[in-house]
Amino acid sequence: MLELEDIQHFLISRPAALAARYEFLAFRRKGAGREWLKGILDKVGTAKALAAGNTGKRWVTVGFTWNGLRALGVNHDSLATFPQEFRQGMAARAEILGTTGANHPENWAGGLASDELHAIVILFARDVEERERCRQEHREYLLQQCDGVKVLSSLDLEATPPFTYAHEHFGYRDRLSQPVIEGMGEEPTPGSGPAIKAGEFFLGYPDEDGPPTRLPQPEVLARNGSYVAYLRIEEHVGAFRDFLRQQGDTPEQQEWVAAKLMGRWRSGAPLVLSPDQDDPGLGGDMQRTNDFNYGKMDPYGYGCPLGAHIRRMNPRDTAANMQRRKMIRRGGTYGPPLPEDKPDDGIERGIAAFVGCASLVRQFEFAMNVWANDPNFHELGNERDPFVGTQDGSFDLTIPKRPIRKKIKGLPAFTTIRGGAYFFLPGIKALRYLTSLS
Amino acid sequence: MATQASASAKETDWTKPAAMAIPKEGYFKLQNGRYGPLYPKSPACYGFTIIAKIKPGREEVIRGYGKTIEETIAGLPEALEVLKLHYLRWVLFDIGNDTYFMYQGIFDTDFDKYTEDAVSLFSKYGLNTVFENLEGFPEDWKTNAPAFVQFVREHQRPSFLEYGEYPYVSADEIKKALKLKAAFSNMLDLMQ
Repeated sequence: MLELEDIQHFLISRPAALAARYEFLAFRRKGAGREWLKGILDKVGTAKALAAGNTGKRWVTVGFTWNGLRALGVNHDSLATFPQEFRQGMAARAEILGTTGANHPENWAGGLASDELHAIVILFARDVEERERCRQEHREYLLQQCDGVKVLSSLDLEATPPFTYAHEHFGYRDRLSQPVIEGMGEEPTPGSGPAIKAGEFFLGYPDEDGPPTRLPQPEVLARNGSYVAYLRIEEHVGAFRDFLRQQGDTPEQQEWVAAKLMGRWRSGAPLVLSPDQDDPGLGGDMQRTNDFNYGKMDPYGYGCPLGAHIRRMNPRDTAANMQRRKMIRRGGTYGPPLPEDKPDDGIERGIAAFVGCASLVRQFEFAMNVWANDPNFHELGNERDPFVGTQDGSFDLTIPKRPIRKKIKGLPAFTTIRGGAYFFLPGIKALRYLTSLS
Repeated sequence: MATQASASAKETDWTKPAAMAIPKEGYFKLQNGRYGPLYPKSPACYGFTIIAKIKPGREEVIRGYGKTIEETIAGLPEALEVLKLHYLRWVLFDIGNDTYFMYQGIFDTDFDKYTEDAVSLFSKYGLNTVFENLEGFPEDWKTNAPAFVQFVREHQRPSFLEYGEYPYVSADEIKKALKLKAAFSNMLDLMQ
């Protein structure tokens, strides 16, 4: 059974939040981080508290980079027990992840690529008003009680209309395929596969391979913790819309291309189940929208192209060992929506997302290195993920079609990665342990 | 990425056999994968050569695996599909009083990418235990993919020359071509 009172809520539940704020912190004086954490500890939300009733107005999560754990006073021996990729940090792993060219950490903003990035505090708020109240509260707390803690940068997030379902700035419906943690009493939706062992996301529990192994030390620090990979992905909405207009004369033709890039129509309806036209009712129907596979139902990609985003991020029955490749996604949109009839206004907008797992190298880095950025994925030869892969205008997208396939050459970059980092989200006892260090 | 584009153009020219000389380190330019340096694709696709001393007295046990694996594949031809293999060669040879095991494989995916799947596969079909007869092989390899990978990398020796009769062509492509040939042949029969 999961120790819900000791696990931060972040990867277990979704609070009813329409606004959020991420603050990226540096601890500039010995002990500064511990003092800050001591004062904020009782605000950190647990999975148990959130499950008890979604009646709160704000939910707080804290996470630390490896440099941050060191700045908090974790000793050398303990630091050495953390996995190599976490110790190196996401910026140092750019080549492995494929975040090169315009996505390279040398172009990242907000101090995210810096060694001084020590912590993140994630605030989810019921609405913008509450977010602003919390922002002010934290600002005062830092000013009055936490000299030595610097806010390197921050990001404000808001859901954009329509508010009835999650979606991002390109207009695609999101959150249609999510892993279910075994032992939480939740049933996976049809087509989503079996529930996944808790140890795939939380340290200290059996995972899909067996009992927990090679935990960071000491155990109190590791138990009930998770790793998250943070990515700030700017979405070039104007460029995306221009591209669709070039690919088709009619809205129907353009929607078809938009669907082929993603693997789902923008309504969320999967191409495998609805290859020729959209079916908005299907998109939002959780009992049907994820109930498909590729190997048996669409082996050649006539429905969902082999290189489409959702087929890359979850190859389903066409990949081995899938139960070891699941990840929990969190995050939201930032920046104002761009109205349909307006040209791009140069304001940065996008999604700022977290990918949670128990092993960054096995889960997150595999997805980036093999599924998103390997031009040889499915032996396509010269393709990368249209949205999460590093596009530089030289990669293609093949759309299988009878009699002759359609090949889009020179896919533009619809996104740019503006920042990223690896954080460890400790359990509550672990957070208390960190405040007790000297 | 310029190198990637030129590799693609190179890869489509299967009509001329080609050979590639490879530097001592095994790569032209150091590129890191998740578990270590990547070795480039050659006209003989991807591969590795692992050489390890066997634990004394284990020669017959290791030889026994020849039959074990023959039977496993006979019963389940697609058992090793994940590894995208073209060929495997397992050899035992002596140097002085010591016996060595050589595992040579030619396959279509760079080893770094599907490492965890390979480890999972070995365990699933019982192929793992042959490695336990090698000196220095990590005892906890089943739950420690990084240790398994480290053993492989420490015992791997890169080629300095590789040759391909039909350069860069994957096993999937070859099978597809053969299937097409069979289908055409049937079609011609039907049109008589």
